[in-house]
Order: sequence, then structure tokens, then C-alpha cells
Amino acid sequence: MAEKLKLEVSDEIAISIKSMNKWFGSFHVLRDIDLIVNRGERIVVCGPSGSGKSTLIRCINALEEHQSGQIIVDGTELTSDIKNIDRIRSEVGMCFQHFNLFPHLSILENCTLAPIWVRKIPKKEAEETAMHFLEKVKIPEQADKYPGQLSGGQQQRVAIARSLCMRPRIMLFDEPTSALDPEMIKEVLDTMIELAEDGMTMICVTHEMGFARQVANRVIFMDDGQIVEQNEPEQFFNNPQSDRTKLFLSQILGH
Amino acid sequence: MNTSEFTRRDKFQFSMLLNDKRYRSYTFQFFALFLLICAMAYLGKNLLENLAAAGLNISYSFLGEPAGYDINQRLIEYNSQSTHLRASVVGVLNTLLVAFLGCIAATFFGVTAGILRLSNNWIVAKLMMIYVEIFRNVPVLIWILIIHSVFLAFLPQPKAFRGENPEATMLWDAFAFTGRGFYIPKPVFNDGSLVVILISILSIIGVFAFRYFARQKLYSEGKLIETRWTSIGIFFIPTILIYFALGSPIDLEYPELKGFNFKGGLHLRGSLISLWFALSIYTGAFIAEVVRAGIQSVDKGQSEAAGALGMRPNFIMNLVILPQALRVIVPPLISFFLNITKNSSLALAVGYMDITGTLGGITLNQTGRAIEAVLLLMLFYLVISLSISAIMNVYNRSIMLKER
Amino acid sequence: MSENYTSFVRKEMISERVPPATERGVIKWVRENLFSSVFNTIMTFVSIWIIYSIVVAAAPWFINGIWDAKTVRECYDLLDGKSGACFAVLNERFPQLIYGFKYPSSEYWRPNLATILLLVALAPILFRGLPRSLLVFSAIYPFLAFWLIWGGSILTSVSAFFGCVIALVCYRRFSGGSFTKAVIVSVVAAYIWWSIGGYIAGLNESIFALEVVPSRDMGGFMLNLLLGTIAVCLSIPLGVALALGRQSDMPIIKWICVVFIEFIRGVPLITLLFVANVILAFFFPPDTSIDLILRVLIMMTFFNAAYIAEVVRGGLAALSKGQYEAADSIGLDYTQSMRFIILPQALKISIPGIVNVSVGMLKDTTLVSIISMFDLVGMIRGPILSSTDWNGVYWELFGAAAAIFFVVCFSVSKYSQWLERQLETDKR
Repeated sequence: MAEKLKLEVSDEIAISIKSMNKWFGSFHVLRDIDLIVNRGERIVVCGPSGSGKSTLIRCINALEEHQSGQIIVDGTELTSDIKNIDRIRSEVGMCFQHFNLFPHLSILENCTLAPIWVRKIPKKEAEETAMHFLEKVKIPEQADKYPGQLSGGQQQRVAIARSLCMRPRIMLFDEPTSALDPEMIKEVLDTMIELAEDGMTMICVTHEMGFARQVANRVIFMDDGQIVEQNEPEQFFNNPQSDRTKLFLSQILGH
Repeated sequence: MNTSEFTRRDKFQFSMLLNDKRYRSYTFQFFALFLLICAMAYLGKNLLENLAAAGLNISYSFLGEPAGYDINQRLIEYNSQSTHLRASVVGVLNTLLVAFLGCIAATFFGVTAGILRLSNNWIVAKLMMIYVEIFRNVPVLIWILIIHSVFLAFLPQPKAFRGENPEATMLWDAFAFTGRGFYIPKPVFNDGSLVVILISILSIIGVFAFRYFARQKLYSEGKLIETRWTSIGIFFIPTILIYFALGSPIDLEYPELKGFNFKGGLHLRGSLISLWFALSIYTGAFIAEVVRAGIQSVDKGQSEAAGALGMRPNFIMNLVILPQALRVIVPPLISFFLNITKNSSLALAVGYMDITGTLGGITLNQTGRAIEAVLLLMLFYLVISLSISAIMNVYNRSIMLKER
Repeated sequence: MSENYTSFVRKEMISERVPPATERGVIKWVRENLFSSVFNTIMTFVSIWIIYSIVVAAAPWFINGIWDAKTVRECYDLLDGKSGACFAVLNERFPQLIYGFKYPSSEYWRPNLATILLLVALAPILFRGLPRSLLVFSAIYPFLAFWLIWGGSILTSVSAFFGCVIALVCYRRFSGGSFTKAVIVSVVAAYIWWSIGGYIAGLNESIFALEVVPSRDMGGFMLNLLLGTIAVCLSIPLGVALALGRQSDMPIIKWICVVFIEFIRGVPLITLLFVANVILAFFFPPDTSIDLILRVLIMMTFFNAAYIAEVVRGGLAALSKGQYEAADSIGLDYTQSMRFIILPQALKISIPGIVNVSVGMLKDTTLVSIISMFDLVGMIRGPILSSTDWNGVYWELFGAAAAIFFVVCFSVSKYSQWLERQLETDKR
């Protein structure tokens, strides 16, 4: 098992969620969420399916709207003001389970689209940035290919590079490796580990517990829409407090 | 930065109208509505000014006035002294008649051609492809005109049936196919025919009940009852028995050649026949493609799996392939039925008096009430298409595959 | 280790051999496709018999066709009792069938040139291998074609074209800011230019002028092509807008689009043509008279746009929700995500449907013959068949009309199938 990363966490608050509640119709999907994320923290969120973990991080970049409570990201509060939402979205990057690359654009174009049209960066500069990040995720030679020509692992790495080109201060990952064949999971996790080494604030919904042990400085367990337990990884895996946590860990660590 | 308790009731500012997610949509919609109302007011103003200048007004009283023209193909009583409203009703019935007949024939042509397209026989498959391509790529109006002229050119006139050695003879002494139309026997309903009809309806219900009972028996006891011959028996025997028992109450009136024309029987005019045939064979080409695509859309693995389970071919077709293929076939099929109904308005080209020919044609020209007539005409077609769409939605909902 | 087999190692590999005679070649093909079962064999013979009867009946009619005669009487005299076609009507009346009977024959080169240039203008849009600079010609083409077909001074087209250019330039300059502001500025600028340009063009009618041909003199197949092409081009943007509106979250916009689309799709085209013919004029300001062709074009554009809207709606629905989410999460706003992400993909999926609807529109242009416009069908039913020279020559004329439409529509649908295959391989 890889060595635990020793990384700095600052005191500055990146995300602050207070008493946040969300309903889908009459279904209470997120209940009284309180969460503070400091800059540089790497958080892994786990839990059974339907526990609201994906919904939680989708609320952070306003893909879902919360009905009560307060979410403050990077100093800006998430309200229904469009300007705030746009500002937050350019500071927060997101990677999806199904990559969601734009199939009709080349890899390079996928990465330069937002910088050119949202941050209004000149094309040349945007392309240089894109190549820099494509090198970082170790597939610079694919820049002119199209998403359909790449493997799943390569596509997810491109998706990470695409988000990084906007130079976000926070990265959200929604089960990034769940749709990948087993032999490709490692390459994506390695990319995420490198990101963590560079000091990125990350919130990651995943089932990869090895990754959690190695990289996370906090593991959050959610069930039934609420945060049941959170702790640093050693304590969390070796000494789970709640019965629900124990049950969950026995199910996923069993095999 | 204010990190105090966030409430959703922050102070309202005007810039929110454009920036706040909640108000932005209201702002846009308000403008859209405003523009729409302005446009309608402008058009309305022009309309009223033009009407006043022409000395017209909007009124439907013309519907009560006598029509003054004859309609030869009709399903109900009508003469030239009947009102325009009655003329329109005759037109409506004629439209529904040709649409109904067209849908049935088109489905027949289309399903046959579609299935044949998939046949192993190369010649047959190519022939059907030629049929489909030729009919799909030529406008339906041209087909209607061609078939109408063919009809008029090739079929004999009634007088050709006269004499000792006539040029043309009736089929089975009951059917006459002439250039003026088809003459077929007409059923005459005497006393007691109602009972016969009732019994036959009951036998149809009986067939369904019997099949349901047979399926229940299969589920509960595992016994497979032979349904084919029993169903046929239930369908035919009671009706035939009661028919003869009551002394054959339903008669046929045969067309007979009297003088230069046929009298008696049912007369289907040439315009109806050619419109019906043209619409059916044209739409049939489209239906063929849809049927072919539907059957091909069912994965080959489905029939392989069913075969591996030991199912015989007709079970595979009825229980596995057809239900899945029908899901793909039926929605476009229903929209083709709608197309047939709308295309029937081309009856104008051959002189068939459907609703477009009566209300939108002669009535409109005679009374000059263009706006009222066209509006009523469009309303009729709208009602039909919205009903058919509603039926289609009901069908789609009922067969939707349950997904997670 | 089991004792039930003798161990075996192959020393030499078996090389490939040809299959037996009944399993290959023509014999195999014939057996499988034509005679594989009793039923199949019967079908083969029935089909061959059908083909044979049709050929035997039709061939003499074609072969004995007369191409050179002045009236139908003359044809019959020349045929002398044999069965044969009177193709001479096509020969003699060809210009009328194609151009209508009022378009001045000295000006035929103009629509001919416009048609050829149409193919040139469409080429870079339809085939992607061609240089992009040809697209400039495609942009100029509508204005050029208008001048060629209708005539008049070239100034009208030129000023209209520059109005559009100005609108585009203004839009580009302001599109950094808000979308609405850019649209308003460009519309206002274009309007100002067009008012000035219209005034200037009106001053001098004879600069580079071609003989003016009024719309009511258009006819024949040229009219079908004209109506079809213009209606299709105008209806595509309208249809896309309607589709976007229909799937919008804003109830009023959505309902306006739904009502429009369902109303138009629920009525036959002929009723809309009736509206164009007798009713539409009432909605324009008094004392303005709008050409019938323009009114018909308006209704046909609306008609086609409603059907295209449904096709595009299907294309939009085929996109996974993840695409919308990805576009949102990298910070693109509505216009940007539509323009760069959603519409390119949705339109690509919808192209076969759009081409289908457009071919249908071209076929439906024949309906104008019912409101007494002299398109190809109108010419045949009207001046040609009712003239004493050519009374009764149905087959040849309608057959020719069918053949003309068949060639055009079949080519377009073959192109659409080719395009679909191209787009499939793209995905790899």
C-alpha cells in the first residue's frame, strides 16, 4: 500500500456549508449538512448508493439548488444570483462519472473552449495552457484526436485536464473511476494524487478506499442524506464509531 | 463579506430582474408576452380595417342557408336545397370514409411490402425496394392524378356491359368495375337483422373471453388448450345459425344494368376509388419502411435466446419479436394515419367532395365567406389530429418499458 | 491424468481449401436467395412473371414513342394504330414545363445560371472536403440569385447584402458583452443601413439592371424548386428556435411554441395555402398588396418550420443530460452552451430527419397547383392538357413530371443516406 501523503492544509476556508437542506419534491435528500472545507484539504465522501453524496457535491457548484441553509464557496455565497453562480463555477472544477467530454470537438478544443469564451483568454495562450495540463495528465500526444477515439481512462484524464484549464481553486470529483475498466482506474487515481500533491482542494465521491487512505486527510461517511461520521482516514477505517459506518465498511472492504 | 445567516428573503433590487435566476425568467416571459400581444393587436387592427373596407363582417349565418349544389358521393341524405351546414357534414363523413378506408388499405400494403422487403428471396426484396423508392419520391398529388387518369382510361364504361357479347362482364354477376366507379352489392337490413348483428358482436366478445379463459387455465393448471379452431367456431357458428333461423334477414341488393347505367347496389365513385387507392399505395410505401425498420430493430440475439429456450418460431414471433417491434412501429404508423387524413384534402384534385371540397371549395366560393369557412375547416382537421395524438400518447404510456 | 484418450500432437497445420461447388459462387447464391424453400421458389417464379408482363406491356409503348409531332392528332397518325407514347408533347412544351408559360424565353439563362450556382453554393455546406473559402460564395448566393431570377437593378441585392454584413460585424463587436445587447445593436444598425440603401437603390433603377420578371410570371418546375429551396432555408432557423423554445423552462415561451407547432402540424398544407390565398392579405395593412408567391412562401415556411422543430426536438432529446451539465459546470452561459455544445451535436443527429422533411416540402410544393398557380403540375393540368393540341396526353406528361421529381428527390435522399454513413464513421 502506498505511503500516506503528507500535505499542508491551510487555515483559510474554501467551502463553508451551514444547515443545508435539499428536497427532491417531497423526498428529503440532504438533511442539515454542516461542513467546513479548508484550502488544501482532500476530502473523500463515501456511503451507500442513494445517500446523497453526489447531490451534495453537485450543490456546491450549483448543478442542484438547495432549498435552505447556506453555501459559501471561495468567499462567494451561492444564491440565485446568476453572477455569483457563474463566478463560483469558474473557480470550481468538476469531473463526472461519465466524463461528459464534448464528442464533436477535439481534445484540445475541449480544453480551450471555456478559457477562450468564459475567461476571454486569447486562443494561443489558452492552447499553451491546455497542452501544459494535457502533459500533466500524461496524454499530450492525443491533443488532436476526438473523444470517441480514446479509452475510458484517457477520456477521464482529459476531463480532469479540461477542468484544470480554467485554473480552479477547488476540484469536485463525482465517482470518477466508477465507469472505468479495472486496468484504467490506476492511471486516473495517479493523476488525482498528483493534483493533491500540488495542493489542490479536492472533494471526491468515490469507492476507492485505497485512494482515501493514501491521499485524504478527511473521510466523510454519508447515509440517508446526512453526514453520519467524519474522521481522518486511519481512525475512520480502523476505528469506525457508528454502526452504520461499521456495516458499510464491512460490505465494501470485505472483498 | 457577509457570512451571516442566509435567508431567501434578501432585499429586492431592480438589477435582480436580469441577474437573479428566479426573476430573470419572469422578465423574459413578460417581454415575450408583451411582444406577442403587440403583434396580435397589430394584425387584428389590420384585419378589422380591411374587413370594414371590403364591407364584410364575420358571421357564420351562411351555414343555415341553402347550399344550391349537388354532392354525388354521399353517405347521408342530401339535396341541393339542404343547408351549407349539411353539405359540410356530408363532406366530413366523406373525409372520414376515405381516411378510414385508406388507413386499412395502406396498413395492408405497407405491412406486406415491409415483410417482403426482409424476405430471403432476392428478387422479391428488390421488387419491394423499387416499389418503395418509386412511390416515396414522387409527390402524392401526381400519384392521385395518374391513378385517376389510369382509372378513367382503362376501365370500361357501363355501356360496354350491354348486349349479347359484352366487352366487359361483371365479376360473379355481383361486382362491376367501370370508369364511373365500382358497383357493388349493397346490404339491405330487414326485420331481425339487428338481432344477427348483436349476436355477431357477442361472438367476437366471446372469442376474447374464451382466449382469456384459456390463458388463465395455462397459468393455473399448466394445460395448453387449442384455441385456434374453437375461436373460429365461436366466431362463425352462432351468427350463421341465427341468420338462417330468422330467415336470412340481411339481403344483398345487386347492381343491375338498366339501359346505359347500373341501378341498385352500392356505387363507389371513381373519385373515391382513385383517391383511396392512391393514398393507400403512397402511404403504404412509407409504412413498409417503418415496418422493416421496426422488425430489424429487434436484436437478433432476442430470437436466438428465445430459440435456445426451446420456443417454436410462431411463439417467438408472437411473444418476443412482435411486441418489441410494435413498440417501434406503432407511433410512426399512427402519424401516417394522420397524414392520410390530411392528404385526403387533395380530393379537390379529383372532384371528390370531402370537407375541403364542400366547405373549403364550393361553399367558400359561393358565399365568399373565406375567413369563416377556412377557420372551420382548420378546426375540423385540428380536432382529428389532436384526438389521434392523444390516442398515440395513451398507447405510448401504456407500453413504455419500465426503467429504473 | 485420465487414461481415456491417446495424446496427440499435430505435426503439420492444415492449409485453407476451397469449399465444395454447391457452397460457393453463383450456384450458392441462386440457391440461397431464390430457391431456398418451396415457398421461395414459387415467389421467384411469380415475381419473374410479374416483371415479364410489365416489361412486355410497357416496352412497345416506349420504343414506339413519337418525339416529333405538333399535335396529338399528328402523333396518332404517325403511330398508325400501334401502341406508342406521344413524347412529342414533352419536346414541344418542355420550356413551359420547366419555366412556366410567362417567363420570357430570352431570359431562360438566368434561372439556369441560378440553379447551377445553387449547386456550387450548396457544395461546401454538404460536402466537407471542399475549401472553406467557398462558404463566402454561399453567403453571397441568396442575394445574387434574387437578382438573377427576379431582375431589377443590382443595387437592391448589394445593399441588402451589406446590411447583413453590417449586422454581423456589429454582433461580433458586441458579443463580448451580453447577447441581448449585441442582437439589438446589430438589428438597429442593419435597419438603418437598409432604409438608406433602399432609398438609394430606388433612385437609380438601371444600374446593372436585368429585365424585371414579376413573381406571377414564374411557373413550371422552376417554381417548385424556388418555393422549396427558399421555404427550406428560411424554415430551418425558425424550426431550431421553435424547438429550443419548446423545451424551455419558461412556461409562456414553451406554450407559445407548443401551440404554434401543434396547430400547424394538425392542419393539412392545403388549408394553409387557402389562408395564403384568401385570408392572409387581410392581415396586412390596408392598401398594401403582397405578391401571392410571397404569401405562399410565408405559409410554407411556417409549415416546414413546425416539422423541423419536431425533428430537432428529437435531436435535442437524444443528447445525454451530462452534456448540458458539463457545459454548465465549465461556466458557459445559455447562448454559449447552445452555440458550442448542444446545437452542433443535436443538429448533427437531426440532419437525416431535416433532409426528409425538406424533401417532403419539395413534393408538397405541387399543391400550389390547387390554388391556381402554374407550377409543374399546374402547367400540365392547366394550359397543356386543356389545349386542343394536346388534349388527353396524360401518361406522358404525368410520367415526365413523376420522373423529374423522382430524380431530384431520390438524389437528395441518397445524399442524406451517404451523409448519415459519413457521420457514423465520424464517431469512431
